Amino acid sequence: MEPQSIDQLYSNYLPVLIATIVGFVLVISALLGSRLLAPFSREREKATTYECGMLPIRRASTNVGVRFYLYAILFIIFDVEAVFIFPWALSFVGVGAQAYWVMVAFIAILGAGLGYAWKKGALQWR
Amino acid sequence: MTTAPASPPRRPEAPPALATPMARQIREAPTLRGMLTRAPAPVKVAGALAGLLFFAANAAIGYLVIDGRLDGHWYDFRDLGVAVGELRVWLDDRGLGPWLSYWVTALIGAVGILSFVGGVLLIGTWIERRLLAKFQIRRGPNRVGPFGLLQPLADAIKLVQKEVLIPRGADRILFYLPPVLVFIPAMLAWGPVPWAPTMSYLDINVGLVYVIAISSLSVLAIFIAGWSSNNHYALLGAMRTVAMMISYEIPVSISLLSVALFTGSLKLSAIVGWQSDHTMWLGLIMPFALFTFFFSSTAEINRTPNDIAEAESEIVAGFHTEYSGMKAGLFLAVELGNALLIGALAATFFLGGYTFFGLEQWIPPYLILAVKISAVYFLFVWLRGTLPRFRLDQLMGYAWKFLIPLSIAFMGVSAVEASILARVDLPGLLLIVLVVNAALTVVFVRLWARVVGYEAPRDEVTMPALTTSVGGLRAAQRLRGGAS
Repeated sequence: MEPQSIDQLYSNYLPVLIATIVGFVLVISALLGSRLLAPFSREREKATTYECGMLPIRRASTNVGVRFYLYAILFIIFDVEAVFIFPWALSFVGVGAQAYWVMVAFIAILGAGLGYAWKKGALQWR
Repeated sequence: MTTAPASPPRRPEAPPALATPMARQIREAPTLRGMLTRAPAPVKVAGALAGLLFFAANAAIGYLVIDGRLDGHWYDFRDLGVAVGELRVWLDDRGLGPWLSYWVTALIGAVGILSFVGGVLLIGTWIERRLLAKFQIRRGPNRVGPFGLLQPLADAIKLVQKEVLIPRGADRILFYLPPVLVFIPAMLAWGPVPWAPTMSYLDINVGLVYVIAISSLSVLAIFIAGWSSNNHYALLGAMRTVAMMISYEIPVSISLLSVALFTGSLKLSAIVGWQSDHTMWLGLIMPFALFTFFFSSTAEINRTPNDIAEAESEIVAGFHTEYSGMKAGLFLAVELGNALLIGALAATFFLGGYTFFGLEQWIPPYLILAVKISAVYFLFVWLRGTLPRFRLDQLMGYAWKFLIPLSIAFMGVSAVEASILARVDLPGLLLIVLVVNAALTVVFVRLWARVVGYEAPRDEVTMPALTTSVGGLRAAQRLRGGAS
């Protein structure tokens, strides 16, 4: 990959901005259309949250299982790993065996972490 | 006693050769096949002629281009990107400045993507519902318009007219955001997909990373939706969705890393170019990466074997339980659009993209890509009609214990193979790599399944308790043919 100037970067990603604007216009127009066409009423009973016909007991923002948190932590580790591996994957073929073993060591450390989490039962849904 | 003439006992009429309900449905119901066969002759002739003319003109232009007597011009409709380039040159020649021509072409591309996705969404809902009906031996939508083709349009009109409720206690600002936030990434992710050599909206050199990054944005929208709805089902569904999406994002990115290793580029057009240069699909070289990508994508977009986050039998509709009217419609549209997007990405990364072993010279490449997208989409619908859904713990365990270790192992394998391919110049090397990878896939999967404990249960027929207790066992055995 050849290096790029800042102008080129802008011109490369300007279409993203334009597509975002176009998509935004579409979504907003769809929502506005429903605002114009659909009936709206401010009835108190209608705004009750859905709970299979019962009255909801308390606010929904209550406790959530800690399992999700563990998975989130594990995910961050592997996501950072992906950030490191992508540049390596592009330049690896030119560099050779040394790069390979460096990455093997890196992944081995991460794998040890995953193995530890597995052993500790973090991957077991209880 | 009257003497009636002795007539031979009436034999029941022999059933037709294919008397299954499905066959009857195909014979009676107006299907696409029926439409094509029963159309009046002039329509048939005109359609066939138009199709033939299209392909013949394509082939003629393709021949002239390959022969060197023509260069790519606006009349070369194998690649619509050329036409946009011509328009840009024309605008530049009029002295309208690079900015205007730039904006005009970018707008054309954006509107093109949008209208394509919108049109495909409308047809896609119809196709999915009709196909599912076929799988479940029913008719499917066939009332609105010819063959029910206008059903999605009717649904959209109905959704626009419905009231959008805001539940009590919801966080109003956050509740407004998610339909917008979830729709725009789903559209932006189509950008780098190449439809033809120059027909790509956003051919950036980090296209692969861009696709991963953009498609992971929707996690935020989904969590905002679940959190702001003030509903237990929505919150739980959002939690499940987020946990699943982040878990399955890792196998996706690792399987795409193998693609980057082989092709040495993150540019989507270069990845397609590598596959057409080597006349080989990457999905054949690394079947496990293809499987990982496909399966993990079903989890990322909440499609059926992995749609526990929207399991309507336990948590109503998951994170968008409280959304109604057009907002729910947007969520549904995004779900379908993502399925098609995964089809496009799988085709681009693993199935050769817009190329088909030289056929792209003669017919428009975007048609080839469309056919591949439809094939992957058909697979999605097939899975939806066939498989039950997995439990959440099974899904998470499958991602972390099976897919991630194995895809890391296969990434190491493909790193070695990529460096061998770059250094050794042997004619049949790619085929050897293919065979080696297939063997390695079988061995690794069997071994690791044994480590994790995923052995297939032995197929033992047990006596149903109810049958023995009620006493129907004898009858059952008689029906089977007298086996004790």
